[in-house]
Amino acid sequence: MADPALVEELRNGVRKICSRFPGSYWRDLDARRAYPEEFVDELTKAGYLAALIPEEYGGAGLGVTEASVILEEINRSGGNAGACHAQMYTMGVILRHGSEEQKRRYLPEIAAGRLRLQAFGVTEPTTGSDTTQLKTTAVRKGDRYIVNGQKVFISRTEHSDLMVLLVRTTPLSEVKKRTEGLSVLLVDLREAVGKGLTIRPIRTMMNHSTTELFFEDLEVPAENLIGEEGKGFRYILDGMNAERILIAAECIGDGRWFIDKAVRYAKERVVFGRPIGQNQGVQFPIARAHVQVEAADLMRFRAAELYDAGLPCGAEANMAKLLAADASWEAANVALQTHGGFGFAEEFDVERKFRETRLYQVAPISTNLILSYVAEHVLGLPRSY
Amino acid sequence: MNILVCLKQTFDTEERIVVENGKVKEDGVKFVINPYDEYAVEEAIRLKEQFGGEVTVVSVGPSRAEEALRTALAMGADEAILADDPALFGDEYTVAKVLAAIARQKNYDIIIAGNQAVDDGSGQVAVRLAEELGIPHISTLTKLVVEGNQVTGHRDAEGDEEIVTATLPVLVTAQQGLNDPRYPSLIGIRKASKKPLAHVTLADLGLSEEDIRPRTEIVDTFLPKPKEAGRILQGELQDQVKELVQALIQVEKVVG
Repeated sequence: MADPALVEELRNGVRKICSRFPGSYWRDLDARRAYPEEFVDELTKAGYLAALIPEEYGGAGLGVTEASVILEEINRSGGNAGACHAQMYTMGVILRHGSEEQKRRYLPEIAAGRLRLQAFGVTEPTTGSDTTQLKTTAVRKGDRYIVNGQKVFISRTEHSDLMVLLVRTTPLSEVKKRTEGLSVLLVDLREAVGKGLTIRPIRTMMNHSTTELFFEDLEVPAENLIGEEGKGFRYILDGMNAERILIAAECIGDGRWFIDKAVRYAKERVVFGRPIGQNQGVQFPIARAHVQVEAADLMRFRAAELYDAGLPCGAEANMAKLLAADASWEAANVALQTHGGFGFAEEFDVERKFRETRLYQVAPISTNLILSYVAEHVLGLPRSY
Repeated sequence: MNILVCLKQTFDTEERIVVENGKVKEDGVKFVINPYDEYAVEEAIRLKEQFGGEVTVVSVGPSRAEEALRTALAMGADEAILADDPALFGDEYTVAKVLAAIARQKNYDIIIAGNQAVDDGSGQVAVRLAEELGIPHISTLTKLVVEGNQVTGHRDAEGDEEIVTATLPVLVTAQQGLNDPRYPSLIGIRKASKKPLAHVTLADLGLSEEDIRPRTEIVDTFLPKPKEAGRILQGELQDQVKELVQALIQVEKVVG
C-alpha cells in the first residue's frame, strides 16, 4: 500500500514542475510537432522518470501506484506524459529479464537520464495486435544478429538512445507454438541510424513523435540480446500490465483536466442572463463524466495495488485501461461541447487535449482487444480472434 | 557550516481569503512554504553544497506545517524542528523568543529566513531573532557571498542596492531574486521521509509562558471593503479644486 503522504508529496512535486510549462508551451510544440525537450529535461533532472528503477540501480524504487500518480499529474496539468512515459517503464524488460551485467550497465544511466530508453519496437505494417505474426527477423551470425524488416508507429525513436526491439529469431514454420521463436534485442539507436536503420517520422493528428523504421542488414551485437533467445514474446507480455495501469492514470489525469476546464467555463460563461452551468443540459453531462472518471480511478488504484503486491492483475489492469480511456474521452467530448465555439479555438487547449486523449482508445492497446481479453480470460467465452 | 533556516507555512498565493467569525478560514486551503522562505532554504542548501555542514529547518506553527518542513527536507535540508505546541504560539515577539531558544541549542554559523511572510507581512520575526541572539543581521538580500568568516550581503534597499559586510555568526533574510529555488527531486522526496523531524514543546525549550507572552493582541480581522465607484468632478478647474478640498475635509475627513 502506497504511503498517502508520499503520494501527496509526489503530486505537489510534479505539479510544481508542470506549473512552469503552461498551455502556451504545449500549444507551441503542438503547432511545430516538436518534442517537449525542456519539460522532459526538468522532469528527468528531478528524478521522476526513475520512479520504477530500484534504489540499488540509482532509481527511487517506487511502485506502479506512485509512478502512475506522477504521469496522472502531468496530464492533469494540461501537459502530455506521452512524450516521456516510456522512459519510466521500457526499462522493465531489462530489469526483469536482463543479465546482471546489462542491468548494471544500463539501469543507472537510464535512472540518471543520461541514457534514454523510451522506444519499443513491436508493431509492424501488417502485424498489429497479432504480434506473433511479426515479420522482422534477426539472424545470428557469429557475435552479431543481422536484422531485416520494418516497424511502424514506433514512438520517440528520434528522442531515444536505445530501443527495445521484438524480432523473430526462429521462423514460424520451425516452432511448435507461434509464441515461441521471438526475441528481444536492445538496439543502440545512436549507432544504428544510417548503418542499416532508417527512421522516418509520421505526422499524426497530435504531437506524438511517432515514426516508421526500416531495417536493412542492421548489425546488433549478440550481447544485446535480453534474456534467452526465443522467449521474447513472454518478456514483452509481462510488461503490459504495468503499462496498462500507467496509461489508465494518464487518462484519469486528462479526464480531471477536462472536467476542471468544463466546470470553470460553465460557471463563467453567461448566456441568456445566467451561467450556462446552471442549465441541466450543460451540467449533467459534466457531472456524468466526473462520475465515470472517479469510477475508473478506483479500478486503476485497485490494479496498481495488486501489481505492487506482486499479485495477478491482468483483468484489473486491462479493465482500468478501458474504463479510464472511455472516461477521458467522454470528459473530452463534454469539455468541447461545454466550450461551444471556443472549444475549437487553439488558445483554450481543449481541442489539443481532445486530439491527444483520443489516442488512448487505440494505443497502446485497442479497446476492442481489451474486450476480447475480458470475454475470453475473465468470462470464459470462446476466443473471438 | 551549520545553517538554520526559519520557515513558515503560508497560504498558497493563489488562494482566495475568506474571513469567518473574525478569523481567516483555512478549510480546503492549499498551503505552501512561504515563498521568501523558499529562497532561504535554497540559499542554505547552496551554502551546504559549497562548504559542507548541515541545514536545519525550523518552523513555529500547527502540525500541518510538517508538510512544508518535509518539502524543505526533500529539497536537501538535513533535519527539521517543528514547534507545534500551541503554548508556543503568539505574536512576532513570541515566535522570535521561541526561535531563539531553538537556535541556542546548537551553534549555527548562519541563520537564514525569508524577508517577510506573505500572509501577515510583518517582516519582524527574523530581525527580532537576531536581536535576541545578539548577532548581526542583513535583511532583504538579493546576493550573499561567504568567504571564510566574512559575509557580504547585497541588499535591496527600496530599489537601491546596499552592500553590507558582517562576520559569522550572522542572520540574513532573503528577498525575491536571491536565487531560483530547486524542485524537490523524487529521490529527495523519498529520503525526506527518513530524515529526522523533531517536535518541541514549551517544556523542551525550558521556557515559561510568561517568557513568551505575546505583547500584541489581534482585535479584529476583516477584508478590505470592495472599492466603490469614484466621482468625477465637473465644471471649471477652479471650482473643481474647491470642491475637492471641501470633500477631503468634510466627506473623506483626510485633511483636518
